[in-house]
Amino acid sequence: MLTCFGRRARGWHDGLALVPDRGARGWSTGLTRALAGAILAPVRSPALIPAPPSLALPGRGRRVRPADQPRACVRRPACLLALLLGLALAGCRGAGDGRTTIRFWAMGREGEVVQELVRDFERENPAIHVVVQQIPWGAAHEKLLTAHVGRSTPDVAQLGNTWIAEFTALRAIEPLDRRIAASSVVRPDCFFKGIWDTNVMDGVAYGIPWYVDTRVLFYRRDLLARAGYDSMPGSWDEWRRAMEAVQRVAGKGRFAIFLPTNEYTPWIVFGMQAGSPLLKEGDTRGAFGEPAYRRAAAFYLDLFRRGLAPAVQGASIANRYQEFERGTINMYISGPWDVGEFRRRIAPALQSSWATAPLPGPDGPATGVSTAGGSSLVLFRASRHPDEAWRLVEFLSRPEQQLRFWRLTGDLPARVEAWRDTALTNDPNVRTFGRQLERVVSTPRIPEWEQISLRLQDKVEAMVLGHAPADSALAALDRDVDRILEKRRWLVERARRRAAGAR
Amino acid sequence: MRGVVESRQNRAGWAFVAPALALIGLFFFVPVLAGLFLSFTDFDIYAIGRPDTARFMGLENYRQVLSNPLFWQALGNTFLFVIVGGPLSVLTSLVAALLVSAKRVRYPGLFRSIFFMPVVTTLVAVAIVWRYLYHPQYGLLNWALGAVGIHPVDWLGDPHWAMFAIILMAVWKNFGYNMLIFIAGLQSIPEDLYEAAHLDGAGGWARFRHVTLPSLAPTFLFVGVMTMLGNFQLFAEPYVMTQGGPLKATTTVVLLMYEEGFRWWRMGMAASLAFVLFVIMLLGTLIQMRLQGERR
Repeated sequence: MLTCFGRRARGWHDGLALVPDRGARGWSTGLTRALAGAILAPVRSPALIPAPPSLALPGRGRRVRPADQPRACVRRPACLLALLLGLALAGCRGAGDGRTTIRFWAMGREGEVVQELVRDFERENPAIHVVVQQIPWGAAHEKLLTAHVGRSTPDVAQLGNTWIAEFTALRAIEPLDRRIAASSVVRPDCFFKGIWDTNVMDGVAYGIPWYVDTRVLFYRRDLLARAGYDSMPGSWDEWRRAMEAVQRVAGKGRFAIFLPTNEYTPWIVFGMQAGSPLLKEGDTRGAFGEPAYRRAAAFYLDLFRRGLAPAVQGASIANRYQEFERGTINMYISGPWDVGEFRRRIAPALQSSWATAPLPGPDGPATGVSTAGGSSLVLFRASRHPDEAWRLVEFLSRPEQQLRFWRLTGDLPARVEAWRDTALTNDPNVRTFGRQLERVVSTPRIPEWEQISLRLQDKVEAMVLGHAPADSALAALDRDVDRILEKRRWLVERARRRAAGAR
Repeated sequence: MRGVVESRQNRAGWAFVAPALALIGLFFFVPVLAGLFLSFTDFDIYAIGRPDTARFMGLENYRQVLSNPLFWQALGNTFLFVIVGGPLSVLTSLVAALLVSAKRVRYPGLFRSIFFMPVVTTLVAVAIVWRYLYHPQYGLLNWALGAVGIHPVDWLGDPHWAMFAIILMAVWKNFGYNMLIFIAGLQSIPEDLYEAAHLDGAGGWARFRHVTLPSLAPTFLFVGVMTMLGNFQLFAEPYVMTQGGPLKATTTVVLLMYEEGFRWWRMGMAASLAFVLFVIMLLGTLIQMRLQGERR
């Protein structure tokens, strides 16, 4: 494994001649950048960052501008025009300085923080200039898709790994196998297997994991201890017994576990734990009515029937941290972001009373799998500088950059070696995620998956509230899913017919 | 000789309208026909990647639209908006127009501008402000209701109230436009009609009922049809404020179309939804024209 360690990827790329864009294209990018710069300039100014939400209103935001600009200037159109022209010229100079410009789209907080890493990348690669565009998560999916249809995709982007199937189907992103084979930095065995798999479509890798995300169990350690357990059991049966013991200790009106009825992630997790593939026949039909999934659903619903979990939506418990403190809820399935939230929001005196554990599984800890979430870095097919963009991907994949990124954001590194760092291993809660990441499974990698999971969501609530018996709800879900996947079946059938015809 | 002149005039006429016709054809008829064609196919995310995977589906999309419970829910929500929001909006604009046209009002221009202001304000900015107003805990609206002893309402979070909250905001945002049209209509009513009615002993209400309203009939038709057409296409308000929630209570037909088209990339399905909505709006317009025609 030591071979995975940061051998800098300077080798074969340095032979490439970096010819900068000149002529019309260079002009247009320069102008676009200048305009974008002119529009974004006030937004980037630090004055706006700590501003209260009211300042984010378009009309008022415009008033904020860098302090060094004379006030009168903005009022006079001619003066403003001169300013814009100046900016445009400045932008053109940027494009013509011999550096290759690559565009990198990153989302939310990551997009903000990655600027710092990108500066070091530019220092290492003086011939490359990276323009980072920060996109809010809520708009990212739409913006990327419209960019693809409008042929204005960036060179490289961060992509939620559940979106990769969609962008592969759109033929928007580039297969990376050739680059991976030639790379000394990006090697499949250096990443968590379940996470790597989320990037592979029909045997071809389309993304490189950037950071990862999975779900573990948060629980009240002191109550579990009072119930007679010094650690979280690893199998479903023991886990349920532990929940019953906790419920007895906690008392009336309190619940062993909180599983919001409007969250479908646990339903996917439990199904995968029970060995359900969720979809069958090459992801062309639903497998929710099969015995494996039915077993998971039965276990899940049983927790509600026994009164171990309240049948309420997430929003009906206004402050789950407070309820955790009070012992109203004693277990809760959540992701890495909640480690920070628990530290911040739970009273200092109670900080030692909560802990995290990998999810129990139906047949012991080895079957306690969880979701393989996170973000990947992808190259777009339309990129004119894929080699330079790939260099950035390699740079961000280095273990030391992954660690740095973790320090800046709290996003968990996707590379296994980064997890040897004492900063991560010394924290028992982070360690829990590291252990869980060894056992993560990708959800079906098809563009329709999000739509299917929303259908599951609808059925979940009906089943938990007892509006529909599990078997008929799951059968109905399969029918819905089969309808959604009709096109996929046709595509598979057509590919098969063509293959047969070719023979 | 006359024929030659006529044909030359004809040619000149065509030459003058040709640019406009070409633009309308290119940017209206071609896209509409393309959309109609799209609605008979299953053009989707796979077809964007590989166009040869699109299939001709006949009326299958329409069948699926009509058998989709979510479509009927969205249609119900849309009708709620049209039936409650439309008359409310027309009434508000009429009242506002009467108020600012009243002779006793000082600075009518000022009030006209104030009432018209929301129309020209960016919807997203307006929506953000209204979200503050509607905030269940800190919102101005609940604070005011609390002052008269009414319990706070989760305006945008409660499926029973969310559509009404959207209606309220949309009416406030848009009534200024109709108000201007009503003001124009009011100004075109000859003053001597009022004087004659006054001499006949008609009071304020009678003058309004028998002079103002009948004279405004064409304006009503125009305002009614335009408001209805606009309301059927409700999209931006719920998209910005509620994203169609809670529990799909504010999902409108156009929002559903948007989701089908740009979230799930089922363009064929989205196009067929658009044409179903077009037929409904056409029927609504015909009914309204018939009703208004009878009244005249």
